[in-house]
Amino acid sequence: MDRRKFTRFHIEVSVQPSLASVIFFSLLAIILAFACGGIIFLFYHISPWVGYQTFFQGALGSWYAFSETLKRTIPLLLVGEGLALAFRAQVLNIGAEGQILLGAVAATWVALFSGLPPFLLLPVMFLLGFLSGAGWALIPAFLKTRFAVNEVLSTLMLNYVASNLVLYLIGGPWKGKGVRGFTYTDTFPEAAWLKTMGITRVPYFTLLVGIVIAVGGYFFLKKSALGFELRVVGSSPETAKLLGINEEKIVFLAMLLSGGLSGFAGVGEVAGIHHLLRHPDHISLGYGYTAIIVAWLARANPLATILTSFLFGALLSGGDALRVSLGIPFQVVSVFNGLILFFLISTEHLSRYRIIWGDTKVVENYDS
Amino acid sequence: MLEEKNRWEEKPVEVAFNSITKRFPPDILANNQVSFEVKKGTVHALLGENGAGKTTLMNILYGLLLPDEGEIIIRGKPTKISSPREAINLGIGMVHQHFKLIPTHTVSENIVLGLTSTPFFFPAEKAEFEIKSLSEKYGLKIDPRARVWQLSAGEKQKVEILKALYRRANILILDEPTSVLTPQEAEELFATLRAMKEEGKTCIFITHKLNEVKEIADVVTVMRKGKVVSTTLSSQVSLEELARMTVGKEVISVVPRKITSDKTILQLQEVSAMGDRDFPALLNISLTVRKGEIVGVAGIAGNGQKELAEVIVGLRPVTKGHIFLEDREITNLLPRDIASSGVAYIPEDRHLGLVGEMSVAENLLLRGYSQPPFSQGFWVDWEKAEAYSEKLISNYQISPPLSDIPVRILSGGNRQRVVIARELERKPKLVIASNPTAGLDVSGVEAIHKLLIKAQEEGAGILLISGDLDELLKLSNRIVIMFRGEIVGEKEKEHWTEEDRREIGLRMGGVKR
Ligand SMILES: Nc1ncnc2c1ncn2[C@@H]1O[C@H](COP(=O)(O)OP(=O)(O)OP(=O)(O)O)[C@@H](O)[C@H]1O
Ligand SMILES: [Mg+2]
Repeated sequence: MDRRKFTRFHIEVSVQPSLASVIFFSLLAIILAFACGGIIFLFYHISPWVGYQTFFQGALGSWYAFSETLKRTIPLLLVGEGLALAFRAQVLNIGAEGQILLGAVAATWVALFSGLPPFLLLPVMFLLGFLSGAGWALIPAFLKTRFAVNEVLSTLMLNYVASNLVLYLIGGPWKGKGVRGFTYTDTFPEAAWLKTMGITRVPYFTLLVGIVIAVGGYFFLKKSALGFELRVVGSSPETAKLLGINEEKIVFLAMLLSGGLSGFAGVGEVAGIHHLLRHPDHISLGYGYTAIIVAWLARANPLATILTSFLFGALLSGGDALRVSLGIPFQVVSVFNGLILFFLISTEHLSRYRIIWGDTKVVENYDS
Repeated sequence: MLEEKNRWEEKPVEVAFNSITKRFPPDILANNQVSFEVKKGTVHALLGENGAGKTTLMNILYGLLLPDEGEIIIRGKPTKISSPREAINLGIGMVHQHFKLIPTHTVSENIVLGLTSTPFFFPAEKAEFEIKSLSEKYGLKIDPRARVWQLSAGEKQKVEILKALYRRANILILDEPTSVLTPQEAEELFATLRAMKEEGKTCIFITHKLNEVKEIADVVTVMRKGKVVSTTLSSQVSLEELARMTVGKEVISVVPRKITSDKTILQLQEVSAMGDRDFPALLNISLTVRKGEIVGVAGIAGNGQKELAEVIVGLRPVTKGHIFLEDREITNLLPRDIASSGVAYIPEDRHLGLVGEMSVAENLLLRGYSQPPFSQGFWVDWEKAEAYSEKLISNYQISPPLSDIPVRILSGGNRQRVVIARELERKPKLVIASNPTAGLDVSGVEAIHKLLIKAQEEGAGILLISGDLDELLKLSNRIVIMFRGEIVGEKEKEHWTEEDRREIGLRMGGVKR
């Protein structure tokens, strides 16, 4: 018996995964993740059907839902496009979470303690926020280039340091005067609030910057000399060395951009949404980690992060809806994220395969 | 002669290729209606230009690719081979152009890896006995417990062959096996092939070296641009005929020019350096290359040639001594600074000179992307770059002539052309070329030789490191011989004789005068 007798197609490995197959398999991964996620609804005695419905309602079902999705898209976009650039250089910055917090801390200092004239507040907040995030990321860059310390570990550890720094500030020196038992700072003066679109909570400045940088980052990688070097270092460090490309410079650049954009996103969160500095978990909401998936799913293409960050923005606000209307803990959404990442990694390899339909000549198998 | 032909015809057919056609996107026709037969118990050579489709055809036989049209007939049975596992079950083994071993594992672990019969614990112990007896039988001397990363290219190849034999291969495919071997190692390989033939095993042998065809093959099939040109008994064709058939036109040989200047381009003064395994690899090397001179470095691979190239281009620290480029000291400068002062480098390992994922155009621009005319600072003018790469693709005959495909999918020879085009187009003062023609076909070798001589005519000094003594004798004005990290001899000649060849060969093996 030859099982291949019924084949109507065959499969071939192609060198370059085509765009179509990348999209196909990415969507497949997401669908599979949702299918598995459905099981979780059953644990909460909720029909998966109702679960999904609530989820999609909450993500895109109304203008309000859409704006909530956008609100979450912005930080993911800013951080994700920075990480995309870093990942292209094979610089594995896992510390965006901490870099976001550093941006938020810098912005808070400017807003509450700098004593700058009101019209200067926002510009200086963003500038200093970018620099603080970048500076925070330069520590692992320095450790990597000088002492060959693996950046995955060092960036990750610095997340805890950043988180504790925020906790210390809001509980101690920066603790608000009127907040009594709570631990957060005073509210920023209104000059340090970011304008939002209409009645929504979507600050359009950061949204605009995110989109401009996605486009700019794309052209930077594709068309600039520095972007070219970055890609060479990322895909073949030995060749880069032979050509004399300064690898250290690229590592610093990648950390600077990804850290800086994370810091920038952190400013956007406190200036646009919270208007004060509060518990680290409420500022960054795990954006720093989710953005890793955003960049990965975009195949480290800055332009594609526009799409993927929106997707994850929707996922997060859909998760909010689940929590509010159905009482499912927010962590469940993290499970979705994890599942998507898991299926992405498992299908990554598959996107190189091409399925060729058609009646291939099927012949007797050699019996061995 | 007729008798020989009859004897050949009587042998049973082991493998028959029947109108095999294989296309690659976008529109590369790698195999075009390929048909020929391989007889049992013969060594069948496959000859053809770079990109002729030899590797593709063998990948089809080994189940790595499926043909678009046509079929493979094994021992009379039409067979669809859709994976290497099926090929192995059919008794087909393949030694790839680039080895596929796991460096940190031992020889015997690599051999038994992936076999279903391999026990879970101590997989290699049981096999060791059989591996030993196989290696004795076929003259493949190797320590089964050595770790693969410690082995030379020649030894790794032996492991690959043992791996196939251990899997009971009756048909062994060797893709350019000799391009990584020293002449002695090649002789050993041929002895192995002869022993296999005795056993009735069949061998398909891809090569670019015509004399090897005459030496080891019974039959030779010549391919050109994806098609079979002819299949003949190798005793019935001359070297000239073979050369003409592979390239489709007469090959014109080139000879190097005399040196016209006494100006020193490169000078090494008592240079020493360490090797990768913390062992001195270079000892007090003193060497000069003059303007317009080709200096050949002869030696068996692993005697310090690689390290010599690396210290000059700045990839390996010099522990003692000085290196001068013209009047400027370049000892231990950064590779980038050395390169930009006019040193071109054609590395031995092609992966080093190229970025596989990037396009041909981008690879051609790896040296010039940040300078005028391609860049005035921040942005790269990709339109100019595109035009430039189109020009280089046609001048250096890179095929297929497409600038936007990833360089990884080019054939070995064409990848080498990309490196050479990029390096020589910069009009360097000094060219360091490490085995620049390894793995190239006859016309490819000629083309590279012509390019080197053109660079020489334009005044470059060239340090040509090669494992192929014939190449050195053909091109060099002067030859230095390396042995165990030292220069053990030097000769300058206008015409090299058979006598010189013999003498250099002996010195390469460490024989003192
Ligand atoms: N996976 C692939 N995708 C697209 N094109 C390919 C692929 N593999 C090979 N080719 C193309 O098919 C042609 C034949 O390549 P092949 O590797 O079979 O040549 P070859 O005869 O082995 O050459 P060489 O002597 O240089 O090794 C070349 O033009 C090559 O660029
Ligand atoms: Mg080949």
